[in-house]
Amino acid sequence: MSKFAPLAQFSRGQESGYKLLPFKFDALDEDRWLVTNLVGEFHVLPRQTLENFIHHELSPNAPDYCALKSKHFLIDGDSDVALDLLALKTRTRYQRLANFTGLHLFVITLRCEHSCPYCQVSRQNDDKTQFDMSEEVADRALDLVFHSPSPNIKIEFQGGEPLLNFGRLRQVVLRAKDRNRSKQKNLAFVIATNLAVLSDDVLAFCREHDIHISTSLDGPEDLHNRNRPRPGNDSYQRTIAGIRRVRETLGRDRVSAVMTATAGSLARVREIIDEYVATGFHGIFLRPLSPYGFAVKTKWIAAYDQQAWLRFYFEGLDYIIDLNKRGYPFREFYAATILAKMLTPFQPGFVDLMSPAGIGIGALVYNYDGSVYASDESRMLAEMGDETFRLGTVRDSYEALITSEKLLDPLEQSFAASVPMCVDCAFEPYCGADPVYHHATQRDFVGRKPESGFCSRNIAIFRGLMTRMEADADTRHLFTRWANR
Amino acid sequence: MLARRGTGYPVRKGDAEAPRIVRLTTDSHRPFPERQSEAYLSRDGEVPLGFAWYVFLGGKDNLRRIPAEAHGIALPDEFTYLGDGDILRLSSDRGNITALFIRSVRHHSFLLTERCNHYCLMCSQPPRDVDDDWIMDDIMATIPLIDPTTHEIGFTGGEPTLLGDRLVRLVDQCRALLPKTGVHVLTNGRAFADQAYAAKFAAIRHHDLMFGIPIYSDLADRHDYVVQAQGAFDETIRGILNLKRHRVPVEIRMVIHKQTYERLPDLARFIARNLTFVDQVVFMGLEMTGFTRANLDTLWIDPVNYQTQLAEAVRLLAASRMKVSIYNHQLCITDRSLWPYAKRSISDWKNEYMAECKGCSARSECAGFFSSAKFRHSSHIHAI
Repeated sequence: MSKFAPLAQFSRGQESGYKLLPFKFDALDEDRWLVTNLVGEFHVLPRQTLENFIHHELSPNAPDYCALKSKHFLIDGDSDVALDLLALKTRTRYQRLANFTGLHLFVITLRCEHSCPYCQVSRQNDDKTQFDMSEEVADRALDLVFHSPSPNIKIEFQGGEPLLNFGRLRQVVLRAKDRNRSKQKNLAFVIATNLAVLSDDVLAFCREHDIHISTSLDGPEDLHNRNRPRPGNDSYQRTIAGIRRVRETLGRDRVSAVMTATAGSLARVREIIDEYVATGFHGIFLRPLSPYGFAVKTKWIAAYDQQAWLRFYFEGLDYIIDLNKRGYPFREFYAATILAKMLTPFQPGFVDLMSPAGIGIGALVYNYDGSVYASDESRMLAEMGDETFRLGTVRDSYEALITSEKLLDPLEQSFAASVPMCVDCAFEPYCGADPVYHHATQRDFVGRKPESGFCSRNIAIFRGLMTRMEADADTRHLFTRWANR
Repeated sequence: MLARRGTGYPVRKGDAEAPRIVRLTTDSHRPFPERQSEAYLSRDGEVPLGFAWYVFLGGKDNLRRIPAEAHGIALPDEFTYLGDGDILRLSSDRGNITALFIRSVRHHSFLLTERCNHYCLMCSQPPRDVDDDWIMDDIMATIPLIDPTTHEIGFTGGEPTLLGDRLVRLVDQCRALLPKTGVHVLTNGRAFADQAYAAKFAAIRHHDLMFGIPIYSDLADRHDYVVQAQGAFDETIRGILNLKRHRVPVEIRMVIHKQTYERLPDLARFIARNLTFVDQVVFMGLEMTGFTRANLDTLWIDPVNYQTQLAEAVRLLAASRMKVSIYNHQLCITDRSLWPYAKRSISDWKNEYMAECKGCSARSECAGFFSSAKFRHSSHIHAI
């Protein structure tokens, strides 16, 4: 008789039976079903196994039983620490909420020397200075910024082209840093610029104050210049030259770029990605047009349907996966955001894909005229005449803005875990609430999900990501690295 | 391998009580007040005045020359490695010698008790249910004598937390007396399921304290089986949560063997998902001592046969940006992708190489073997 007890003596699952913990499920494809729980853990299993599991008929010796137990879909007599861990993971997912607003967008001017037909912010010609932010508005906006409880504050300058009002931009940076001497926040700055009017002065200032540059690069020269017209038709040349100068002055990692896909982009995703590789980038955000601003007025948004967009997206994603396998590290940022929700305990602070929605609590927008909006899209909507998400003005207090019914009502209504259809959706833990989009397209903060482009686009992407990582271990490891940026 | 224990030839002049635990010096010009608590290590027969002890290497002829009211001991030859700053426990009646602290070794480890509430299948230090409180008395007396430039010291067992508040006092002594020295405690972590106990260690505010806590599986029953204690998994997890709740550093360490290798990737996923906040994860090779020999059939798997699972686990944790290391693995049988994670980890007094290692070019980077590996090691060892 050994003095050591056998494994069976410690396994009580057989006699205790098991309890189901909360989960949701959906078909992944014809054979396989996906189960997810409230903290985003997931498992893929055959339909019959899922049925057995639900009917308490799964044997504790089955491999799927072990996986479901390890991932907190069930508890049995062996252990109940799963409940502590689920609670901890839930708190971790929502920890960002307690900090309130971290991202503060300053629309420093609406003027722009570009005239992009898809412009979502309805730019103004560059001689109309009434579209510039005044000193008083900027100062009051800074009051609001430093009223946010968040220890991490990012100030992003938007336009129009913010460098056309560089004097105000410089003032905001200097005054923010001055205030921060007593506030001691983790303070960062970003300028969203087309780089066309980049001067040495601006670069020197950015270097001195550690400012990050975010720019737009739509792809190869002909595509970029068609999408982004400006006098001289040289947007591409100026952007590329600007990116090089930023890298050489501020550092390799101080510039990032986003692209917007137009009808002309759809057949050219590989060329677009190649353009990013050639320019020295290690990531791209494959972004569809949104239903705001000129994109609606010029009907560019109507020029392609969602299926075409998804084909574009997945062709690009597969091309990027292949690039990585060939040894060039490169990310697709939208996928990386979703993968962080699938593969880590954390929720990334990406405003469009948070639940509760990111509006207001994730980001605030201070418009040139002193209006305060709940998100960038909210002010785009306002430029189209719809002020639903105008929370107030810079003269209001932070508390008044953040507790206004105009914010709380859409936040509460759209919380995905309590919205019809989302509540049963297996992909809900990876999704977000976008009351601005649904209001813009359906005049309702919640919207009917079967008609929601937001819903169908994201679910297609969730499935696409899930299928790819279930099929291939190398892709799963690549995705794990993306998720843990 | 350095001799830790032995018997020498003691003499005693006069009735003065000598300290049992002394630090060695070879400096014949030590200030006199220091000498009263020190042992002079004499290699050439020199006998400067005023030391509490005289420790002779190379014969007992010199013993008669020690001053009045002093104690002397002649050491057997295996102790020639001793030097300045080493700490001995000496008995002036029976001549017992124990080297408590050897300054020149890389890893300093103190066993605090032989008692344990686990009975692990592969325990290298089989527990004994004995009253061994005296061990802690000696260690408390040793701490003030340790060279304060020492990089790190480790506490092990048995289960150190069975000492309760005495362990708290020990760690606090280390904070006060060894302000540049890291402290690493090997524990099963169950005691920290009591949050108040975890909080006591946080309150010490030690500058560099880490608890090394094992988790052998993502499944409670398998972990409980490996440690032979029902309910251990839940208490250990709760203990880790409590320590991290109070921001006390935690290392998860697990031993790979036949009962744990299959679920290595699952364990890694579980850690990345639930315990992301631990400070590091360590995967260790099996040591061929203690219970391992008795349970060899249950435990032994040639390390070449678990490289796939180990590589998958390490890859997952590294991709999750967790700090991960592999201990006690020889490079020639370790997957190339894992080399950056393989550390030279074996305490130098246990560390050896095999005949197959002759001429190996990777030897200086390789962990080598526990001396106990002569009993059983991978059949794929080869020079590279």
